This record gives sequence, C-alpha cells and structure tokens, in this order.
Amino acid sequence: MQKLKTESLHKRHSELAEANRQLEILSNGIFKTGELSTFTQKLTDTHQFPLRPKKLEILQINVGYMCNQVCDHCHVDAGPDRTEIMTKETMLQCLEVIKKTGAHTLDLTGGAPEMNPNFRWFVDEASKAGIKDFIVRSNLTILRSNKKYYDLPQFFKDHNVHVVSSMPHWTRGKTDKQRGDGVFDKSIKALQELNAIGYGKPNSDLRLDLVYNPTGAFLPGDQAGLEKEFKKELFDEFGIEFHNLLAITNLPISRFLDFLIASENYEDYMYQLVEAFNPAAVKNVMCTNTISISWEGWLYDCDFNQMLGLKVASKIKHISEYNEEQLNDRNIIISQHCYGCTAGAGSSCQGAVI
Amino acid sequence: MAANNYYDPADLKNFGKITEWSEELGTKFFDYYSKVFEDGALTAREKSLIALAVSHTEQCPYCIDAYTKDTLQRGVTKEQMMEAIHVGAAIKSGATLVHGTMMMNKVNKLDG
Repeated sequence: MQKLKTESLHKRHSELAEANRQLEILSNGIFKTGELSTFTQKLTDTHQFPLRPKKLEILQINVGYMCNQVCDHCHVDAGPDRTEIMTKETMLQCLEVIKKTGAHTLDLTGGAPEMNPNFRWFVDEASKAGIKDFIVRSNLTILRSNKKYYDLPQFFKDHNVHVVSSMPHWTRGKTDKQRGDGVFDKSIKALQELNAIGYGKPNSDLRLDLVYNPTGAFLPGDQAGLEKEFKKELFDEFGIEFHNLLAITNLPISRFLDFLIASENYEDYMYQLVEAFNPAAVKNVMCTNTISISWEGWLYDCDFNQMLGLKVASKIKHISEYNEEQLNDRNIIISQHCYGCTAGAGSSCQGAVI
Repeated sequence: MAANNYYDPADLKNFGKITEWSEELGTKFFDYYSKVFEDGALTAREKSLIALAVSHTEQCPYCIDAYTKDTLQRGVTKEQMMEAIHVGAAIKSGATLVHGTMMMNKVNKLDG
C-alpha cells in the first residue's frame, strides 16, 4: 500500500525544514573528519576554485512553493501547506528584468507555478518580451487537479510555452511511490492531452520534455539510455510522445536529505556523489549560466542554493536592484550539495551537462 | 580484512586498488571490464541485467551490491530484476538436474 503524502517538512516542524540545519549536516560528519573532500577542496584540487559565472543564459523564477503534490524527493519541500507565493509586485519587477536581460531562456518553476493566482497574467506579459525559450515546469497532475486548470495545455500552446514535466518512471508503482497515489494515472492523462494539441510530437515546435530523477538513493543512469526506455515504454503502452528526457540527480537537501538520513543511506550516497565527481561537469554546471529568483525576489546561484538560503555573493541581492553585469562578477556559493551537479555526466535543470 | 567478516561492503570501494599490486594486469582487466559493459550488440542495460543474474549465480556479495544499484540506475524495475535472477536460478538448478542423466546412464549400465 502506498503511503499518503500530505505534509511538508515545514508543516511537520522537522529540523530539516531549516536551511542552516541542512548545511550543518552537509559540513559535518564524513566531510569534517576528512574522510571525504569538501566541494571547495575538490574544486581547489582540480584548479576550478572559485567557481565563477559565464555568460547568463537562463533566468529561473520560482513563483512560489505551493504545490498540489508532496513528493518524496522534493528539494523545495513544496506542498499544499506552503503559502510562500510571489506577489504581483515582485512579478512586475521580474518583468522589467525579463525585458532587458541577455538571457535566452526564461524558466518558471515552483511548487506548482500554475497555482500562483497571477500565473496566467505573468506568462502573458512575460511572453511578450521575446525570450527565445520560455519554460514552465509543470508537475502534470495540476493540469488534471481542478476544472480551472483544464484549459492550461491550450494556454501553454497559445503562448508557445516549453513544457518540462517530472516523470520519475514509466511504471505506475515507481512513480506513485515517489510522487503519491494516483499521480501516474493523472500524469499520463495530462501527457496525452498535451500530445493531442501537438506537444511533444516529432518535428513539433511545441516542446515537451520529461524530467527523470531516481526514486531512491542512487544516481541516474545514462540519460540517452533512459530516454530510449522511456520513449519506448510510454509510446507502446500509452501512445505518449515527448522530445527529450532530462536526467537529474537528487541533491542531498530538504526532503531527499531527510529520506537519506532516515533510511541510513546518507553516507553511502555522499560517497557515490564524491566518487562520481567529474571535473569536466564543473565547467557546465547550471549555476555558471543561471540566476535563480525566489518568490520574494531574492537572487541565488541556483534553485538549490535558494532552498538553502544562500543568496548570491554580490552587492546585488534582490530583483529590485538587478544589474546583470555587476551580478555576473561574483563567486558562486558552494557546499557539499554541489556534488550532486558534478556527478557522472553532471546534472542541471536542463539534465546532463556533458 | 574486517575483524569478524570475510566480506566488508567497504572493500568494494577499494576494488580499483588491485591494480596497485599488479599494474599491467589490473589495468588490462579494468579496460576490458569497462569495454564489455558498453553499448554494443546488446545495450548496456541488457548487459547490466545479465550481470545481476550472474552476480547471484556466482553468489558474489560485491557484485550483487554493484549491479542492484546499476540496474536501478538504468530504470530497471524490481520485477525485471527478480525475473533475471530466476533465469540464473533456473540455469543453476537445471545444471544440477541435467547431471541426473549421468547418474541414470551409470545406474543403467551397472544395474540394468
């Protein structure tokens, strides 16, 4: 029997809801004793410290932590009980930045971004800025959760939105285990609806990508191999098509860190990450080409640093004072969670990096 | 060696160190090993499942540890993993039972 997933770490008053506690765990134990090298040490050893940004390519905006799901692995600790939602005022500040940024990609995430009451207005306005690639990270089930969301696939199409959706496995059991009972069936239905209006079809400009992240304490396998399996299984069983599979490593923070500790997998997982450290992946990690903006308008090197409360090491810390040139002249803040992005073929919100 | 065990999970991390005591042979082995598991006429995923089954017939704890993780990473389901092990088990038991024909031949010759 699947467990019912209902509450975030915040709601449960877990100590792991606190960013400082997570950072403390990641800095102590096997990293403090020197059993494993810290990420700083590893970058120093490979002559890549400090980590510096390259050209800004992606603006990732987190419009709120509220979500209709409570997934096991969620680094945001999102859920229905999270009330952090970006206001229209902050969205207006974001729009000013979107109009003048040199970034070619706008990436809206959450929580379920669709649950922000100003989501449609924001997408409508942002799409006028002429950004080349406009991504919305949709968990799929939100599209089937309430009648008021049923027309979202068409809304996405009308705004040429690139839909990126989580799908941890092509089987019901593994998907529901990670994301909750009934998620698989709703996700399949939502994918079929997106396909029906042209999303994910070969040669279609309506981009539909799926995000895979492991359901347990192991790293993702080869992205191309997994994509092949996903495409075959989803098409044979459900007639579903999509463009790319993005394989993402679970970073040891928030609910995944909670799982690692509770299941006594934490040390083994950190060993896996450190042993899989790939210096070549460092050059392309997403923090080198991305700025993450929180629901309150604070600026971060990535969405993970946002959840750990690690604001950018720059005088420019808020969207209201945004200056791209000045912001790009900074050192990226790192800790042991960063090993998650440099393991094997690397990992980012855009999937493998090499 | 760990004080009270022949097998220590931590030793798996040191597998690569066998090269230190015989560099040429160790290096050749690992080159061969990694080449074997690349995509070829069989996919790396299929090879991983074969390795999982053989790990069990060889009853190698290190290999079971490694290839359980490897198959999971490749998206293999637990039902597929268990079926692969049954293939190994079927061959193991079949290999035992097929020798029964030797016994039968011998009995027939000796005792009619």
